[in-house]
Amino acid sequence: MLNAKIPDGSLDKKWEDYKGHVKLVNPANKRKLEIIIVGTGLAGASAAASLGELGYKVKVFCFQDSPRRAHSIAAQGGINAAKNYQNDGDSVFRLFYDTIKGGDYRAREANVHRLAEVSANIIDQCVAQGVPFAREYGGLLSNRSFGGTQVQRTFYAAGQTGQQLLIGAYQALERQVALGNVKQYTRHEMLEVVTIDGKARGIIARNLVTGELERHAGHAVLLCSGGYGNVFYLSTNAMGSNTTAIWKAHRKGAHFGNPCFTQIHPTCIPVTGEHQSKLTLMSESLRNDGRIWVPKKKADDRRPGDIPEEERDYYLERRYPAFGNLVPRDVASRAAKERCDAGYGVGTSKQAVYLDYADAIQRYGKIEAGKRNLANVDAATITAMGKEVVKEKYGNLFDMYEKITGENPYEVPMRIYPAVHYTMGGLWVDYELMTSIPGLYALGECNFSDHGANRLGASALMQGLADGYFVIPYTIGNYLADEIRTTNIPTDHPSFIDAEKAVSDRLNQLMSIKGTETVESMHKRLGKIMWDKCGMARNREGLTQAIKEIQELKKEFWSNIRIPGKIADFNPELDKANRVADFIELGELMCRDALHREESCGGHFREEHQTEEGEALRHDDQFMYVAAWQMKGEHEWELHKEPLNYEVVKPSQRSYK
Amino acid sequence: MEHYNMNLTLKVWRQENTNAKGRFETYKVADISSEMSFLEMIDVLNERLVREGADPIAFDHDCREGICGMCSMHINGRPHGPWHATTTCQLHMRAFKDGDTIVVEPWRAQAFPVIKDLVTDRSSFDRIVQAGGFVSINTGNAVDGNAIPVEKDKADASFAAASCIACGACVAACKNASASLFMAAKVAHLNLLPQGQPERKSRVLSMVAQMDKEGFGSCTFTGACEAVCPKEISITNISRMNKDYLMAGLSSEK
Repeated sequence: MLNAKIPDGSLDKKWEDYKGHVKLVNPANKRKLEIIIVGTGLAGASAAASLGELGYKVKVFCFQDSPRRAHSIAAQGGINAAKNYQNDGDSVFRLFYDTIKGGDYRAREANVHRLAEVSANIIDQCVAQGVPFAREYGGLLSNRSFGGTQVQRTFYAAGQTGQQLLIGAYQALERQVALGNVKQYTRHEMLEVVTIDGKARGIIARNLVTGELERHAGHAVLLCSGGYGNVFYLSTNAMGSNTTAIWKAHRKGAHFGNPCFTQIHPTCIPVTGEHQSKLTLMSESLRNDGRIWVPKKKADDRRPGDIPEEERDYYLERRYPAFGNLVPRDVASRAAKERCDAGYGVGTSKQAVYLDYADAIQRYGKIEAGKRNLANVDAATITAMGKEVVKEKYGNLFDMYEKITGENPYEVPMRIYPAVHYTMGGLWVDYELMTSIPGLYALGECNFSDHGANRLGASALMQGLADGYFVIPYTIGNYLADEIRTTNIPTDHPSFIDAEKAVSDRLNQLMSIKGTETVESMHKRLGKIMWDKCGMARNREGLTQAIKEIQELKKEFWSNIRIPGKIADFNPELDKANRVADFIELGELMCRDALHREESCGGHFREEHQTEEGEALRHDDQFMYVAAWQMKGEHEWELHKEPLNYEVVKPSQRSYK
Repeated sequence: MEHYNMNLTLKVWRQENTNAKGRFETYKVADISSEMSFLEMIDVLNERLVREGADPIAFDHDCREGICGMCSMHINGRPHGPWHATTTCQLHMRAFKDGDTIVVEPWRAQAFPVIKDLVTDRSSFDRIVQAGGFVSINTGNAVDGNAIPVEKDKADASFAAASCIACGACVAACKNASASLFMAAKVAHLNLLPQGQPERKSRVLSMVAQMDKEGFGSCTFTGACEAVCPKEISITNISRMNKDYLMAGLSSEK
């Protein structure tokens, strides 16, 4: 039976009470306790720094060449916090409520409330570290709006908020490395969790430069390894982002929560061809001013400028007059897919829609003319002034678009299409962020806990830092306080020897296949199955088919893959093969989860469960629970349900008409 | 934008490991689309090499959107290739034309030893940050964010310096392989802010000492670093750093 260990008491007092009564570890004992952290993004770096500061002995691992490269670095928009600096009615409760509602009522109330409570501390901490947030002329912090909220609570650093927050955490981490509290292992990948008597006691890691396997012991292991969007092959994730760390934990017994909950972001630069290796996000903020449209005529090959106004279909404004182009991410994504599937897509691939700034340029141009008291200005001047304003607001994004596509978005509408961006699912954790394996924790995107079935913009950074800076330093003590007598964990224990042998056998097996298919081509095929059948819209038939196809793909992978080079060497193809093998197994579980969840909620859209107008239809009476899957064997899982009890919020159907 | 396909000749530096002797290998690639990124072109070549049973070209890359700082190729004699303010991963093949020969090398610097082919060891950058590239504050009850106002101009200049991605192009472009621009960006990021003041002097002194220890060369202010920086980090940061360094050295108050 799953026990989420949610503290008693009223929602707004749970965390405070917990902190007041949680077990502590005295400083002399902290020095003897070792903690292993896998991943150095916002969650991992902030946890490593904070636990090092507390006096624990920390070892931190990343596959990149420096902790600062983790993919948190690429987050653009911002980080939410209930500071209410704008005096516009924000509060901890409102941030909590927006997050629960945005998640379509599939997140745990107690965790989300705690997230909202610590959000303000995060901003204070980051400012103190020297994170250069955007500021007003008076020297105070600036805020902007983001989707799904009616207040301005998003803190940002131009379009590089993730970069600045990660550098802050990275610097705090490097300081602990310099002080000797943290030991850092770069170009290392965790390939197994080691458990002794049911408790997590260490990891097996591969040195990616030499290929050597290493045993590392710890009194607790923290996985902070990010999301698994690359199961779709094409996503906005980094090339190296993978599921391997959490998948190994899952195979060792950690339950996987809501694996099918995936966020598809509506505004990304579309695929150009078979060679495409990744997709690039264009910030959600572009929908504030841009208008989205497709031609009214199918397969219309005219240039966008040659299509007259009356022959354009502004389909979001048509379908959702109240919210128009600003509907939430899941709704905007599905609507784009619907138009393209129906044959109205644009560009060479026909898998794109236009995001048009022509109107915004005119509107801003006229406002400028008014501001400057210019009468009788010609059209060219209005356009020029309008472009200036747009450049000031979105210049860096427009530049990026031009670099990638070679098209000037000031002159022709941008082509965009939805892409996989974030995974709300992840390892199941309790209130203390512990997985179902004692001593094994999951923080940040790799756990399932805070975003339900859909994440709001600017909330991922908040969660990663909340978990690392302000949650784990308290909750880990509650476990480690009982571990102070476990003085030495020998790495020659049979569990370590067996775990290392299992890893070594698997690597040897992979290398010995010597087939004909490249890892890359198998990954692409997996991605296509997932995108077509477990992507933006899902149905019973497709998912059933996908499970079959993935099982066949797995067989083919293990009999026909070709990996060059040697095991004991720098071998990126072997690293990738390891990761893709895990993605294949995860893909099957995602499809099973999507198949079992006979409802639509947030990013999970089952075509059988929609309203007459084609909107998502939840079934709270049957599915108000977290689906936590336990692996039982090859292609076999057992479903555990953690019921979600909404004590404070009243779930309702979302409408944007 | 009209798309076109091209045939290219690549001369790529291949080196088995740090101690091995490297050499250029020539590869012909055909039907490369102008819409591909430079790294996707290498992907295509690598896929072919794997199928042929050859060893694919090792190169560092991760985010492929110009922010992680992992990619690091020296292309036709210029770090990150021909486009201004662009990382290798954002460089697209329409920068080239049919029949071109492209020379690809790793970063060349004593402090960045080659690990394999185009992959180098840049851990020296981490150690420079460890020497003082931080504000010494533990996680806890920091004062309210708005209790530390920062002049907008300074906040903006600090941000501009902090947008450094630590790719190492500045070092690769410098004839002395100096890490001054990288380090100056970090010093400026923190020393321009009120939060960075208490450690202003010790920071610059220990970071410079670490840079020297790592084997980076001296700065002779040629500006090559600024010219190739994908994030357009300004060389004025080096002047700022030099000023801080001088002041720290002259002052008796440490």
